[in-house]
Amino acid sequence: MLEIRNLRKTFGTLVAVDDVSFTVRRGELVGLLGPNGAGKTTTVSMIAGLLTPSRGDVLIDGRPLAGDTDPAKRRIGLVPQDLALYDELSARENLRFFGSLYDLQGTALDDAMHAALTLVGLADRVGDKVKNFSGGMKRRLNLAAGLLHDPDILLLDEPTVGVDPQSRNAIFENLETLRGRGKALLYTTHYMEEVERLADRIVVIDHGRVLADDTLAGLKARGTEVDGKPASLESVFLSLTGRSLRD
Amino acid sequence: MRFGPLRAMVRKDLLLFFSDRRSVIVAFVVPIAIASFFGSIFSGTSTSEPARIKIAVVDRDSSVISRGILASVQADRTLAITQPTEEAARDEVKGGKTSVAVIIPKDFGNASGKAFLGIGPHPTLELLFDPSRRTELAMVRGILSGHVIEAVSREMFGGAQGRALIDASVSGAQQAPGGAGQSAALVQMLRAVQGYYNMQPDSGAAASPAPSGLVMPYAIREEAVTSGANVKYNGYAHSFGGMAVQFLLFAMANLGIDMLLERQRGLWMRLRSAPLARNTLLAGKALSGTIISLMTLWVSFAFAMIVFRVRIEGSILGFVAISISCAIMAATFGLLVAALGKTPATARGVTTLAVLMMVMLGGAWVPTFVFPAWLQQATKVVPVRWAVDGFDSMTWRGLGLRDALPPTAVLLGFALVFGLIAANRFRWEES
Repeated sequence: MLEIRNLRKTFGTLVAVDDVSFTVRRGELVGLLGPNGAGKTTTVSMIAGLLTPSRGDVLIDGRPLAGDTDPAKRRIGLVPQDLALYDELSARENLRFFGSLYDLQGTALDDAMHAALTLVGLADRVGDKVKNFSGGMKRRLNLAAGLLHDPDILLLDEPTVGVDPQSRNAIFENLETLRGRGKALLYTTHYMEEVERLADRIVVIDHGRVLADDTLAGLKARGTEVDGKPASLESVFLSLTGRSLRD
Repeated sequence: MRFGPLRAMVRKDLLLFFSDRRSVIVAFVVPIAIASFFGSIFSGTSTSEPARIKIAVVDRDSSVISRGILASVQADRTLAITQPTEEAARDEVKGGKTSVAVIIPKDFGNASGKAFLGIGPHPTLELLFDPSRRTELAMVRGILSGHVIEAVSREMFGGAQGRALIDASVSGAQQAPGGAGQSAALVQMLRAVQGYYNMQPDSGAAASPAPSGLVMPYAIREEAVTSGANVKYNGYAHSFGGMAVQFLLFAMANLGIDMLLERQRGLWMRLRSAPLARNTLLAGKALSGTIISLMTLWVSFAFAMIVFRVRIEGSILGFVAISISCAIMAATFGLLVAALGKTPATARGVTTLAVLMMVMLGGAWVPTFVFPAWLQQATKVVPVRWAVDGFDSMTWRGLGLRDALPPTAVLLGFALVFGLIAANRFRWEES
């Protein structure tokens, strides 16, 4: 469904993403795993249309995305790393606004809001101002805002940063439900346990380049067994990306 | 351009605006409070007496003429006279309590009389003044000239001091330099004045009329030219126009800073990920800014109309046109802030300075006629000047739609320039 082909992005002399290619199929959750500054967010930003690639293409069902107003952008939902919500507005007012950007209105908008809020467990807090929400509730509402227009492809940029285990687990369950509905999910993180639990495939990226694109089992098979036990994802990840500290 | 998202963006911005108590106070309450204060000071409808210019007079002469000058300035309603010692007068000026101190030197009466007849040098009146109040110095100089001429001429054409001076001057004039012909003419003139005296009753007699001298050869009828014969100038019209423009600019600068905050908080990413044209995003902001600006303007003017009886004496359509163009200009100024600002903190500092400069130079605080001539011309590049002058024209000046066209066109021109720069310099890419 989503194909990334030879993406490259430079900022002056800095090459942030270099020749990145991978695919995300319908009903598949792909983990984009990399250390800080690896190029994960830049890649997601290009897919979402926030950055213009220096080279390469983002294809949806084989058709390249073309510009800001390409209707195909409706098929993409973005859940940014930041809590992209208006604190002074209620959950309902936030979702009504974000839904309207996709031309949702009237009953269709009400139904979409209800479905998204029910999925993330916030249906009973719809009238509360976001500033009164906990961090976990804000994260879940952030997810709901990306789902409102029922996108086929969901881009999740570190969606569990700073949340408690209960909210994290709830978000994971939401994502598994969405995968079950046939959505294509691209999930960026640097937490090993998250991709181990969720990802059907893992793309390891560092210094803007794809280092590996495989299933969890396939990646572990690349590592060296220790005391007869298979290598952990973390050890494979460290062997791929190195042990030097990152900014 | 899609209107559903545009409407949603405007609705969201209005919700955010009204949910922020600080924004509402800055946009509506503060301009009304400050404009009411300024209006009460500058309004011509006030029944209280205008402020008098404080001057100190030190009479070291105590002649008939100097006492006449003193009496004359004391009767002047534009002046407030004190009579301290010379040292105290200097201290009063130095301390800012008095604008000007007038020192009448010894023998001023005699010397000024002779100078009046052209047979002696001009004596000097010393004016000590506060350098920060040069405008008042100029006013005092003009007012004083009239009083001195009147006092000296009155005495010279009928007073005892004048008679004595003429008598003494006749013999002096016979030896005056300048040739026999001139001396003879001068003596002839003085003898004619003596003859005039001799026909008058003694000035000391109880029944004698007050001696008359030179007087102003004209009377003045003052008429404040406003929109109509019976329409008084209402200073609140100017102050409300100026303050409303100032605070809508502050409100729009805040709108621009909010856009920077939206970018910082990732909200701009969510907006940009939607299938929206860039001009839709900017137009949404410009439209919500225009609506908020219009509300600021019209709420302020509505208050002024209800409470202070400000009226649109000119074209209502012209007033609406200037309001809308001013609101669009302010909204695009907000976009400019968002486009050129790097961070909310730095943008806040720079825009506060920029807005204050614009409103000061634009005449929102004090009318531009108090500026030097070159500055009055230079301020035509400031949009606030056109807005404030435009509102003055449509309110108390009572001018027509035709006079609303230049400010409307200029304000829309500024809006176009601001909008183009903003669109060109806006950072669309989220790095």
